[in-house]
Amino acid sequence: MEHALSLFVRSIFADNMIFAFFLGMCSYLAVSKDVKTSLGLGVAVVFVETITLPVNYLLQVYVLEPLNLGYLSFILFIAVIAAIVQLVEMVVEKFSPSLYNSLGIFLPLIAVNCAIMGASLFMQQRVQLDPENVKAIANIGDAFAYAIGSGLGWLLAIVALAGIREKMEYNDVPKPLQGIGITFITVGLMALAFMCFSGLNI
Amino acid sequence: MALSKKTKEAFLGPLNANNPVLVQILGICSALAVTVQLKPAIVMGLSVTIIVALSNLVVSLIRKSIPTRIRIIIQLVVVAALVTIVSEVLKAFAYDLAMQLSVYLGLIITNCILMGRLEAYAMTNDPWDSLVDGLGNGFGYAWILVVVAFVRELFGSGKLFGLQIIPESWYVANGGFYENCGMMLMPAMALILVGCIIWFHRSINDEKK
Repeated sequence: MEHALSLFVRSIFADNMIFAFFLGMCSYLAVSKDVKTSLGLGVAVVFVETITLPVNYLLQVYVLEPLNLGYLSFILFIAVIAAIVQLVEMVVEKFSPSLYNSLGIFLPLIAVNCAIMGASLFMQQRVQLDPENVKAIANIGDAFAYAIGSGLGWLLAIVALAGIREKMEYNDVPKPLQGIGITFITVGLMALAFMCFSGLNI
Repeated sequence: MALSKKTKEAFLGPLNANNPVLVQILGICSALAVTVQLKPAIVMGLSVTIIVALSNLVVSLIRKSIPTRIRIIIQLVVVAALVTIVSEVLKAFAYDLAMQLSVYLGLIITNCILMGRLEAYAMTNDPWDSLVDGLGNGFGYAWILVVVAFVRELFGSGKLFGLQIIPESWYVANGGFYENCGMMLMPAMALILVGCIIWFHRSINDEKK
């Protein structure tokens, strides 16, 4: 339990998907223009991450490893992610049209979000670690904790950037640096700030 | 072989005016993460070039028989198969490098450049143009990686390709005046460097217009 909690907190702050590994950068930079939309995308990422990562964990531990099919993992993981995204889209559309309206446009984007695939690949590495290691994922509970944590970390990062960018609208930025240039530098400075969490341990 | 104007444009456009990283802002994730040293950056650049070119070719060849509703999954499978091949080859012949690239090699699958090019170009153009377009975009991506890695390795650890460039006697530890800039090794600096490259690129290209 403690281990799962530590994994959860570390994956939000110290191992943040954006600031430590640059995963999911493309949609992160493209969609972070206002807080509301970025919150929607963030929630969708948390949602899909929480479903796909444990599924991929089970596949890795009970199918790929015993059968020695490790080299198939890329194809299998991406197929699982694409299929689940499609499935989630259909289920949400059927049972909760209002949620579908707010999440709908983001769901297809998420299939190719590196943060989702990246988390599954990190999980694959972490499964092989010694269970005592703070980064190890030893059971399905850990996999859930890691999935929710890294999703929330991504959500936090995109909402924070969107907030800053909304304020920055009024700043006098040099012309060639406007838009994407200054956004990169802002994210760089945010990453510096997040580095203060890197020693975090529970 | 004479190149038509369109083919030339498909190759040269992405190198500068329509660069995938600087202008279209695609494929940033891996561009930042593997650029601490030159060697992994070059290997990554080449792998992406090969995969973009081949997947463009394959998807363009089968584009007429792909049903539009499930095209994304088909594209992903083509890309994933190619990435698996490249990663197995790297593991066989350059194991250390493959380990250094770790998950970022697998993440070529979700590299936005690939999906972007497949959707925007390979689905509507013939195989030869698509192959050239893939090569152009791959090299456009690779040169950014090399520039960022050059700066980070030179200033971050005083080396290029793992060889010491800045003389040992310059270092403070040996009675000199020089100290490596540790900031360059951190993830944050990669973002700021790319931001600055975009700045240069835009100011030069705007002047031309």
